[in-house]
Amino acid sequence: MKELRLMKGNEAFAEAAIRAGADGYFGYPITPQSEVMEYLMAEKPHERTGMVVLQAESEVAAINMVYGGAACGKRVLTSSSSPGISLKQEGISYIAGAELPCVILNVVRGGPGLGTIQPSQSDYFQSTKGGGHGDYKLLVLAPSSVQEMADFAGLGFELAFKYRNPVLILSDGAIGQMMEKVELDEQKPRWTEEEIIKNTPWATTGKTKNRERNIITSLDLDSGKQELHNIALQAKYREMEKNETRYEAISCEDAEYLIVAYGTSARLSQKAVDLLRAEGYKVGLLRPITLFPFPTAVIAKLADQVKGILTVEMSAGQMIEDVRLAVGCRVKVEHFGRMGGIIPSPTEVVDAMHKKIIGG
Amino acid sequence: MANITKEEIRKPENLVYKKTDLLTDKALSYCPGCGHGTAHRIVMEVLEEMDIQDKTIGIAPVGCSVLAYEFMNIDMQQAAHGRAPALATAVKRLHPDKFVFTYQGDGDLAAIGTAETIHACNRGENIVIIFINNGIYGMTGGQMAPTTLPGMKSSTSPYGRDVQTMGNPLKITELIAQLPGTIFVTRQAVHTPAHVRKTKKAIRKAFENQKLNKGLSFVEIVSNCNSGWKMTPLKSNEWMVDNMFPFYPLGDIKVNE
Repeated sequence: MKELRLMKGNEAFAEAAIRAGADGYFGYPITPQSEVMEYLMAEKPHERTGMVVLQAESEVAAINMVYGGAACGKRVLTSSSSPGISLKQEGISYIAGAELPCVILNVVRGGPGLGTIQPSQSDYFQSTKGGGHGDYKLLVLAPSSVQEMADFAGLGFELAFKYRNPVLILSDGAIGQMMEKVELDEQKPRWTEEEIIKNTPWATTGKTKNRERNIITSLDLDSGKQELHNIALQAKYREMEKNETRYEAISCEDAEYLIVAYGTSARLSQKAVDLLRAEGYKVGLLRPITLFPFPTAVIAKLADQVKGILTVEMSAGQMIEDVRLAVGCRVKVEHFGRMGGIIPSPTEVVDAMHKKIIGG
Repeated sequence: MANITKEEIRKPENLVYKKTDLLTDKALSYCPGCGHGTAHRIVMEVLEEMDIQDKTIGIAPVGCSVLAYEFMNIDMQQAAHGRAPALATAVKRLHPDKFVFTYQGDGDLAAIGTAETIHACNRGENIVIIFINNGIYGMTGGQMAPTTLPGMKSSTSPYGRDVQTMGNPLKITELIAQLPGTIFVTRQAVHTPAHVRKTKKAIRKAFENQKLNKGLSFVEIVSNCNSGWKMTPLKSNEWMVDNMFPFYPLGDIKVNE
């Protein structure tokens, strides 16, 4: 039986993580995501499922605890907001290099630096283009509702273990803080020790006599082997592109103009689409749900159909680069956004559509 | 003895020493004369003697012992520089029935990983930390470490460590001993057979503490770095006795029963 609750995005994510059978959460407080750990501590998941929750001394320690737990085949996660996610980048690079599964939530706030505690989408480059050192990709999910904050906890673990890859949930301060109705899945049992050994034969669970030792490392001083490892990683990322691209197309069938937006920007852009359609303009909305892999093919196809595309982002325009790559100069692609923690209004988007796309 | 044949030497009754199966046959990457090999051996011998190798997860650091997992025939994880105690914390919390240890050098443990070290110790994580202190960054070519002695030369203190501008050496083990989470804090060495035996006993005690869920045990091993110190192995051991031991005196610092 699914359960209906009214929850904050951050709380819904935390509750869904417990229900997804998570083994451990390691975090450090930072606004606007502190409710994740607060909720977990109050819920005493150790008594509910045996899940471990630990407040680490830093974001750096927290992500390295995630490395240690993931290397044991456990379902582990962490959450933070932009400045804290920057601190985690070293650990994320190691986790990607060692091919460990985990879920990382970024409830984005405005930057750069300490910036602001208000919502932003200015971590798109960091999330999809690397963030840490080396050639690696995170599988990036972008929720646009409290429901998706909950759903992506379970989906995140599923994809993380399918590909032995860190999954980043790129949310923002608005989605994390807002309250909405959310349907929660039933409690899934945590994996038993036997299931962990069966499902993750690569994990460090103690070397028994019937197998070779398991080593979790991102190091290989032999450049030839390191290149082969990199080639294998790239092949894995291509598999993700083939199998895991997710998006939502709203009113795109007859669209003559298109808005591309994710997360909070997609919510307010949907209102802008309604307003523009009321004015008689056939506008559609393409909402990427995965930012890596990016829905390149569907945007490329829509570029043959529409006269112009506006990307709406709470940033100086970051995702627009991927949209332009998909479109390849066939139609005009412009950006509209606000920065520093300001959420644009739907009417601002309508105005931008008129100025930059429809009348431009 | 002079007349003993090869065949006779190989007879089981004449066997006086056998390398533990918990060390792989891979040639050690350490410089000849370095203490790391001995430290590896006694840690592995302790696991074998306690028969806990199938329940043990080791964490390798960044530094000379970054490749410890190549030589230790157990399940191991390789950590980012300084972060081994954070990894070990999660492994032990998620696997309270397993034995967990980190093996770290001075740069890893006492410089870049100071926060992870102190907080894992202060939380009293039920793990063992093996700390090799040779007062230098060996892996990267002999740079100044947090434990480099005053006046000691390194590639980044070529005229000797000037404490006025380069700061003082950090006695992190004494600092660790102040924390309520640590149960056993000791400083040992491995340059003579007698010291090796003593250090092995300390390591055994550390793992026995973990078995009894007593809290964090911290075993420092003051060691030589003949390459980094630019000395012969023998000279480096003499120099260690004359210079390192007065600053880092051997013995138990904290023993809580």
